[in-house]
Amino acid sequence: MNGTVSKEPVAVVGIGQTRHVAARRDVSIAGLVREAAVRALEDAGLTWADIDAVVIGKAPDFFEGVMMPELYLADALGAVGKPMLRVHTAGSVGGSTALVASNLVSARVHRTVLTLAFEKQSESNAMWGLSLPVPFQQPLLAGAGGFFAPHVRAYMHRTAAPDHIGSLVAFKDRRNALKNPYAHLHEEDITLEKVRASPMLWDPIRYSETCPSSDGACAMVLTDREGAGRAPHPPAWVHGGAMRSEPTLFAGKDAVSPRAGSDCAADVYRQAGITDPRREIDAVEMYVPFSWYEPMWLENLGFAEEGEGWKLTESGATELDGDLPVNPSGGVLSTNPIGASGMLRFAEAALQVRGQAGDHQVEGARKALGHAYGGGSQFFSMWLVGAEPPAS
Amino acid sequence: MTSPREVAVVAFAQTDHVRATDGLSEVEMLLPVLRDVLGQTGMAAGEIDFTCSGSSDYLAGRAFSFTMALDGVGAWPPISESHVEMDGAWALYEAWVKILTGEAETALVYSFGKSSAGDLPEVLTRQLDPYYVAPLWPDSVSLAALQARALIDAGDTDERALAGIAARSRESARDNSHAQLRGSEPVDTLLRGDHLAQPLHTHDVAPVTDGAAAVVLAAGDTARRLSDNPAWIRGMDHRIEAHSLGVRDLTDSPSTRLAAERAGLFDEAAGPPDTAELHAPFTSQEVVLRKALRLGDGDHTAVNPSGGALAANPVMAAGLIRIGEAAARISAGASRRAVAHATSGPCLQQNLVAVLEATPAGAATGTAAGTAAAADGSEGDPE
Repeated sequence: MNGTVSKEPVAVVGIGQTRHVAARRDVSIAGLVREAAVRALEDAGLTWADIDAVVIGKAPDFFEGVMMPELYLADALGAVGKPMLRVHTAGSVGGSTALVASNLVSARVHRTVLTLAFEKQSESNAMWGLSLPVPFQQPLLAGAGGFFAPHVRAYMHRTAAPDHIGSLVAFKDRRNALKNPYAHLHEEDITLEKVRASPMLWDPIRYSETCPSSDGACAMVLTDREGAGRAPHPPAWVHGGAMRSEPTLFAGKDAVSPRAGSDCAADVYRQAGITDPRREIDAVEMYVPFSWYEPMWLENLGFAEEGEGWKLTESGATELDGDLPVNPSGGVLSTNPIGASGMLRFAEAALQVRGQAGDHQVEGARKALGHAYGGGSQFFSMWLVGAEPPAS
Repeated sequence: MTSPREVAVVAFAQTDHVRATDGLSEVEMLLPVLRDVLGQTGMAAGEIDFTCSGSSDYLAGRAFSFTMALDGVGAWPPISESHVEMDGAWALYEAWVKILTGEAETALVYSFGKSSAGDLPEVLTRQLDPYYVAPLWPDSVSLAALQARALIDAGDTDERALAGIAARSRESARDNSHAQLRGSEPVDTLLRGDHLAQPLHTHDVAPVTDGAAAVVLAAGDTARRLSDNPAWIRGMDHRIEAHSLGVRDLTDSPSTRLAAERAGLFDEAAGPPDTAELHAPFTSQEVVLRKALRLGDGDHTAVNPSGGALAANPVMAAGLIRIGEAAARISAGASRRAVAHATSGPCLQQNLVAVLEATPAGAATGTAAGTAAAADGSEGDPE
């Protein structure tokens, strides 16, 4: 059977998430993850007993101050007596976690797997949690914004993109979030002028072009073909999934459009039989923690030619009613429980092809891409989900 | 589960484990191990289909500590890669599943831990329930002492028997050039020493260790091409128990037993393993694991011929090393069927069991026999 292993098709039959807010002081970490897990089980019409294994992911343990918190969460997630895996691939972890869970079904190791990602950022201060102590990092490089702003500036320089593109993305995503009851930021009175007038944090990134710090969790139930047949709601089918990594810093690294990102996308498109992503993909949930990353990733993921991503954004194509809606959920710019942010992208892509995205549904979405990245633009995870089962 | 596809450990490497690698970063500690393990297979990092690692930010004392380790792999052009915040044994599990999907033929697995960066028993208190237990800072040695006391009270062991486990393990490590503690005082001498946390003496506790390890996995014919004597993973499974010590029977390890059962360890046709590499950082935990794995006290199974975690315990790598040691013994022709075990969490909360076997006699050179065995799902006859 070498080289000719037949994979089990994987279906997303349950999705649950918490209402994301700055601080969920009413629940413990266990209470937070359980809320998302119970909603995913209810959506799938399953109980804890139907779950064969649990795959959990989150970003650095310092964000909550708990080392390997999955040990403590085993009880809350019904994992006692079951296999439990804990994934950590930096900001891409939510996506990677879903892919590890998907592989368990695809390899026929398990039939039905609960996968979950979370962050309870209010337990600590994420910006300082991300800031390495001297001497590992210079003292002024506080938080992710300080790291990524120079790459955004490099993109603007390289493509001659006009200054206002970033504000267009933020204005779009924050308006999309108004249609998503789970989103953290609901800025009813948002205007483009307000975005443009917001304080400059890390030039050229303004306050309103920056992701919030959220408490939240996201869970999915993945199952095999037989499990999908029993599901009460239409499943989303995994057509392709991949991870790619490259080192943080090295001579010749393209921090604006990292090769790990484009390689990862190419692998997913190959698996899914996608040859023209712009035409064939109906909705994209991509990891945009700072507004400018939308045009940057549009190029990196093959939706636009090099240097043309900002034009796609400017044209309105990525609006909810455009021909390539990007982040209809409001994205990371509106909701950012870091460890869960990647899984939220994957789950929102699945909601779109299941036709269950509510007010932010992209009409007729049949194929959607979920994308996550992390570290110094070096870890990528993506999946492509469809309304129909994969061909093979 | 038992493996539906032939997957084997084809190479294993580890550091010479020491109390503190003050002059080395994690990458510098890891790099020679990665070069060694890839060198054994003749492959470059870029030829590996999937890479997976295990480590902990809390040991390093900084977020994203694993990202630096990628520099040691040489992840350029970009590689298909993942990381678990768990012992490397679970990274190996993820890599094994990746190969089972058919998406990879080979995988590089590595893990590392520099416990010297902090006070390990204190650091491990941060693993405990953050609301009700961690604020009390109960250290890992004290919790293991509670478990040892429960075992003694149940009549499962006594301090002399535990000292015997310590002496046997470290005497075995005399033959292991990678071990940190090699050789032991006799039991009577050990028992005259002070308690560290009653009933545990210093000799009952694993040393604090800096170290790293790496394994290469390969499927079917690729494994046969890369190694003259691959150690086939016949089954692997892992299970977790409740977190609270108060709701568990600390003298037993049902998660280990269930994982072993799912991994095919108890298959009557295959017979008991001749080798067991158990991840028991405390002598008392070997007692629990022997019971769960039905190893008994007899001579049919060599337990921890490497010396085990009691001879070197690089946290996050010590479990992966058990799999590597078991595989190395098979590849060296010293074992036909081995069980390897890894643990995580307080008092054996989470456990992984892998069953490894040598190529069945008569199929050593022919790939046809191996392929047939996989196709009809049979386990193969280890004899």
